[in-house]
Amino acid sequence: MTAPSREDDWAAWMRAAMAGDADAYRRFLVSIAPHLRAVARSRCRSLGVPEGEAEDVVQEVLLTIHLKRGSWDSSRPIGPWVAAITRNKLIDALRRRGRHVSVPIEEVVDTLRAEDRTPELGAHDIDALLSRLKARQRQIVQAISLDGASIRETAARLRMTEGAVRVALHRALKALGGLYRSDMGED
Amino acid sequence: MRTDDFISLLAQDTASPGNFRAAFTMAAAGGVIIAAVLFFAALGFRPDISEAMRSGRFLFKFVVTIALAVTAAGIVRRLGAPTGSLARRGGVLTLAPALLLGAVVFELIATPAGQWEARLIGRNAGLCLTLIPLLAIGPLACFLAALRRGAPANPGLAGAIAGLAASGVAATFYAANCADDSPLFVAAWYPMAALVVAAAGFLIGRKLLRW
Repeated sequence: MTAPSREDDWAAWMRAAMAGDADAYRRFLVSIAPHLRAVARSRCRSLGVPEGEAEDVVQEVLLTIHLKRGSWDSSRPIGPWVAAITRNKLIDALRRRGRHVSVPIEEVVDTLRAEDRTPELGAHDIDALLSRLKARQRQIVQAISLDGASIRETAARLRMTEGAVRVALHRALKALGGLYRSDMGED
Repeated sequence: MRTDDFISLLAQDTASPGNFRAAFTMAAAGGVIIAAVLFFAALGFRPDISEAMRSGRFLFKFVVTIALAVTAAGIVRRLGAPTGSLARRGGVLTLAPALLLGAVVFELIATPAGQWEARLIGRNAGLCLTLIPLLAIGPLACFLAALRRGAPANPGLAGAIAGLAASGVAATFYAANCADDSPLFVAAWYPMAALVVAAAGFLIGRKLLRW
């Protein structure tokens, strides 16, 4: 697939996602992940950060793309937007690992064209951060991510309404974003 | 957690993220309304407003302040996206200063040197330096709230330009109350007030707008 048509797919999926299409949104996230992985691994390699930490960076970028997707202007190309978010979070993540680096945006754009479909190495940051969420939020996150439960199943299991589960999930993800940031402040 | 599982998690959060552009439009309107309410409640037009409306010096104050509000707000709208920077359109921010500079040159030519000092000092410098920042608080808060929906690559810069836009809104109202119309007065005091607000926007933005 050439880069323009890939970005057209991304943009189309994201537009559908904004209109409430959860499947399109999942396709978008699944499709960008290998590209983010290529960028993260290449950066880790060139800076001597253990490659096992690349997946942590991938997840942090995905979370940021999720939380900040309202900052994409759907009338503009999505590729530069993804590259800009990726670069910003890459710098944060590497800084947290003690590497003070500048990451040229051109390099991110170039590497984003590549895909890394090798098996992912485990990510660790997210599990540590989850343990700092409120108990109810953590239960919901674990039910959906680890056990693959739907919102409805999670609601039944935790004796909550579906609406309450959705709200709690949304807050949990926002809280995770804050936890990534505050980690940076502590180092 | 595996990234596949993490993606499943994200995909289940279907709450609308809120669109930055829409939030910005609301913020601009809200900021103007707040400043207007405060202005009409606490200050109001100067007593000789109908006479002033016939004075070019009075009217030109609005050309400058509205130019600042519009250009700076346009830049804030761009800086809310992570791809935004001053590089491409930042030059429009020189419009208001250039207009003001032109008016200053005109004033220096049109009035005898003996009057320059009195016109520059004016009568309301202290009010100008207090009321513009006060009127700017509401608009600045609105712009910053909208920017939190965005993802500014440089939070401090976005906050500072939001401060300029808020000053433009505030100064547009204040100018209708202030009796000092000489471009010399405007050039001496208005920018100082705007810079105070921009500095506040920078400091708040640097903390509040990180993402």
